[in-house]
Amino acid sequence: MEYGAGRYDVVVIGAGHAGCEAALAAARLGLSTLVVTLNLDNVALMPCNPAMGGPAKGQLLAEVDALGGEAAVNTDRAAIQMRLLNTGKGPAVRALRAQTDRRLYMSLMKNVLEKQENLHLQQVVVDRIEVGRGAVRAVVGSCGARFDAGAVVVATGTYLNSRIIIGDLAYSGAPGNQMPAKRLGESLRSLGFSLDRFKTGTPPRVHRQSVDFSRLKEQRGDAELRNFSFISPVKQREQVSCWLTHTGEDTHRIIRDNLDRAPLFTGFIRSAGPRYCPSIETKVVRFADKSSHQVFLEPEGLETLEMYVQGLATSLPGDVQLAVLRSIPGLAKVRLMRTGYAIEYDYVPSFQLKDSLETRAVDGLFLAGQINGTSGYEEAAAQGLVAGINAARYVKNEPPLKLARSDGYIGVLIDDLVTKTIEEPYRMMTSRAEHRLLLRQDNADFRLTEKGRAIGLVDDGRYRSFQARRQGLDDGLRFVKRTLLPVTAELLAGMQAINTAPPPAQGITLAALLRRPEITFRELVFLGASELPSPEVRPLLETEIKYEGYIKRQSLQVEKLLRLEGRLLPPDIDYASIRGLCSEAGEKLARMRPASLGQASRIAGVSPADIAVLLVYLEKWRRSAPA
Amino acid sequence: MYPDETIAAVATPPGEGGIGIVRVSGPRAVEVVKRVFRPRNSGIDLDMVNKELVYGHVHDLQGGRIDEVLVAVMRSPHSYTREDVVEINCHGGFIPLKLTLETVLTMGVRLAEPGEFTKRAFLNGRLDLAQAEAVADLIRARTEESHRMAMEQLGGRLSGIVTRLQDDLLSLLAAVEAELDFPTDDVGEMDRETLSTRVGDILEALDRLLLSFATGRLFREGVSAVLAGKPNAGKSSLMNALLRWDRAIVTCVPGTTRDVIEETYVIRGIPLRLADTAGLRETGDPVEAAGIERTRRALELAGLVVMVGDAATGVSGEDRELASLVNGRPVVLAINKVDLARPEPAFQELAASLNGCPVVEVSAVTGAGLAGLEQAMVETVTAGSLPGETPLVAAARHARALGRARDLLQAVLARAGEGWPVDLLTIDLREAWEALGEITGSGAGAELIDRIFRDFCLGK
Ligand SMILES: Nc1nc2c(ncn2[C@@H]2O[C@H](COP(=O)(O)OP(=O)(O)OP(=O)(O)O)[C@@H](O)[C@H]2O)c(=O)[nH]1
Ligand SMILES: [Mg+2]
Repeated sequence: MEYGAGRYDVVVIGAGHAGCEAALAAARLGLSTLVVTLNLDNVALMPCNPAMGGPAKGQLLAEVDALGGEAAVNTDRAAIQMRLLNTGKGPAVRALRAQTDRRLYMSLMKNVLEKQENLHLQQVVVDRIEVGRGAVRAVVGSCGARFDAGAVVVATGTYLNSRIIIGDLAYSGAPGNQMPAKRLGESLRSLGFSLDRFKTGTPPRVHRQSVDFSRLKEQRGDAELRNFSFISPVKQREQVSCWLTHTGEDTHRIIRDNLDRAPLFTGFIRSAGPRYCPSIETKVVRFADKSSHQVFLEPEGLETLEMYVQGLATSLPGDVQLAVLRSIPGLAKVRLMRTGYAIEYDYVPSFQLKDSLETRAVDGLFLAGQINGTSGYEEAAAQGLVAGINAARYVKNEPPLKLARSDGYIGVLIDDLVTKTIEEPYRMMTSRAEHRLLLRQDNADFRLTEKGRAIGLVDDGRYRSFQARRQGLDDGLRFVKRTLLPVTAELLAGMQAINTAPPPAQGITLAALLRRPEITFRELVFLGASELPSPEVRPLLETEIKYEGYIKRQSLQVEKLLRLEGRLLPPDIDYASIRGLCSEAGEKLARMRPASLGQASRIAGVSPADIAVLLVYLEKWRRSAPA
Repeated sequence: MYPDETIAAVATPPGEGGIGIVRVSGPRAVEVVKRVFRPRNSGIDLDMVNKELVYGHVHDLQGGRIDEVLVAVMRSPHSYTREDVVEINCHGGFIPLKLTLETVLTMGVRLAEPGEFTKRAFLNGRLDLAQAEAVADLIRARTEESHRMAMEQLGGRLSGIVTRLQDDLLSLLAAVEAELDFPTDDVGEMDRETLSTRVGDILEALDRLLLSFATGRLFREGVSAVLAGKPNAGKSSLMNALLRWDRAIVTCVPGTTRDVIEETYVIRGIPLRLADTAGLRETGDPVEAAGIERTRRALELAGLVVMVGDAATGVSGEDRELASLVNGRPVVLAINKVDLARPEPAFQELAASLNGCPVVEVSAVTGAGLAGLEQAMVETVTAGSLPGETPLVAAARHARALGRARDLLQAVLARAGEGWPVDLLTIDLREAWEALGEITGSGAGAELIDRIFRDFCLGK
């Protein structure tokens, strides 16, 4: 029987990485918030790798942090290994990656939610979203509990009608053998949303004591302490290693011999899976000439002996999985703890979203995370944060937060969702960001903390520490640009010793030296510079000085682009009636409904000529509109 | 796209006597032209001039004289675009026109998009609402025209080469990007030497291509005009008459010409690639059949078909067959050998079946009607290309894109040598790839991602 279970400003369905951020953001913005989940023991679950960050994803985490989100802090607290990747490849792609203790991550996050003012966490199976007069009204649970809501964020991950597949076994189920959300998908359909199906997968887990580590290569964390959050509470960390091994011809033969039992190849699984996360059987078939593939063993946590076998995602039958594992060096006697599986699930193709993550069809209804066809915890957290902020702003009758592609990877992510046809689960990559030199992990706070402050998510403590950092950078820039090293015999000898040419004729500024690729602050010290800026701001300073030319160039490009972003397109344009548009562009525009000329220009099939035609149309529209 | 940018293009096709106009529009128009133009009367300051013609010379940046010109300054809002507009009337034909445009373009002026002058005129309120659709139609038509020309340039050879270079760049970029985005996968690091070698190879090919622009070969070989007709109609004779030297072999034996013979040919400033072909007919001779096959291919790529009829033998089935083959293309019907006979009325019907194409009576032997034929050829070529998007401008666009790609790749080589990190190199690599994409019309981010996953086995 249906009963009134209360009224909340914002109701968030799902307490995964998107749901947690959404709920925290809304509550921290002062709105009464409810977050419901199928199983309270699985808040912030990591159903795949127990890892966070990496290229583009680390940047996303830093951005979530700069805006006042939780995922970065929580990662820092739950991390059991940190490594800085791409250290020699340049500032734009340098990225932090963490191994986390899965259970610790979950319990820490759950506790943050529990302690958050204005936030209530409850175990509910949601069956239905209620809509009236085009706007969301309430959420109804399977036991009849009806929660009236000002706004609703759906962050149900891969749980909609999900199906688990292992060999010829398939059953209705969600990650980790949980129960799927069965009715909610129907409810979304009846609200007019079209749903599609994606597939993803996860590898087996094995027992640590059954691994022969003497055959494996150890991969340790970095000695230097690093954190994702700009205000991380973590000051020291013990680190656990990962272990590297690889498949070989034996493994590949086993797989090839069993392809007739591989659901990915028998046609049993039809939905599209991610290319960046291929199953081992896919790798062996598609890259037949590769005689070996990497396999990483990652610890699942400090208080468990389970290990995650990265690189071996599979939906092969259980017996084949075991044979495959045992053919790998170091795993000859391995004991399987969890079988790998593929999972198929419903998602809501993202052309149905606005760039605020609100749905086009229903006011006040927001979607975030894997339900939008993305993948990854970081991508989910980023969307959750934006959806939570915008749900709160919707309730408060404020315009939504929109981040541009030049503001951050979050902007790139959402813009891609609303302007591109997503054909596989969407994963963030640095190569998706055309101005990635501007979107670094080390300057996420410079890009976003003021915005977070204006929204109300950046508290005084965070804001003060940001101001101090900004001051430090400004002072540092001034210092290195003004400070001259006089030409002395020692300087010239020093420069020769570190192999940097040409020698200066007159005094040379520290900045001029830093612009040389071979010179960092360490070399400046060696050359006798003193009273240098504090070590914390040095990496950022180095980047800003060294890459100044490129940074300026990208900033100029961004400025130009932003002008097109500012040209808004009226939402009710009848594209079919616009003369001069090529027909493909007309169809795409009608489907994607871009908010601005900038967005329109990024839709595949829309050419510069179509944009010119739209400009003419806009002018016509402006002139014929009643003043 | 952006109203504060100053743009330039050739605003008229190179027409009678080789006069053409380079139009410059935007806030910097006067400033830019002042830097390349020296008035004959050195007392004249362009800043002071309005709506009068000033005589003088255009110079390149090294001070070399390009052409004798008349310059007109029209100030905002009393101009076509309602912006400051300067028009440079060049006299010396297409090469000076091209050089003038290129010199202007080196000064931070952007080449106008197809239809952009008219678009600006509309956006600035010069044209009224009723004309909006006409403006949109114009933009569309000129864009298609411009693409067509890109494809036809050198019979598609240019776009073929550029597509290949672009593909080489893409695979290089994908390799680097895969390594950056998937550092824990065993993609294999690309060392500097490999990177530099691969960039160097592409650079070399670009240089060769640009050289052909610089020597003007690409311009001279601009539009292809094909002489076609039944055997013995006098195609080779006409070719020789137009070129004014005996390029092709002429005999009274039908089926003399076996291969496609090409020669560059400039009429009134318009660069044409004139091709004589084998006469079309059924034949059992394998050599002649191969020649006829080549004729067909040349016809497919032709920007202009000069169909040669024979007044002495009249209209035959072969003529009608050829007409149906080339129908819809720019065609001129040249009725040859009018010194021998009056053309029969059937020729008019033939022309009518070709959408009323121009008909010219000529004699390759006496030279009668040749001037009229040239006139008809020029008109047909330029009528197809709307004013503003001549082969010249299409080519200028290509040369600029290629030049940008080259500069960027040179920067990659230099920076790679200096030891800059690879993520910086990708900025220039990527822009170079996009520059080539301006010619081929491809080069979106999605292609890069697709290539990364096609070439490399990645992911957990
Ligand atoms: N009287 C006269 N004879 C001409 C004229 N044009 C061409 N001829 C003659 O016609 C014959 C064929 O001329 P070609 O130019 O070889 O004809 P073609 O069309 O190239 O022939 P194929 O290459 O065999 O297809 C030669 O004997 C020419 O001298 C003309 O205008 N008047
Ligand atoms: Mg001949």
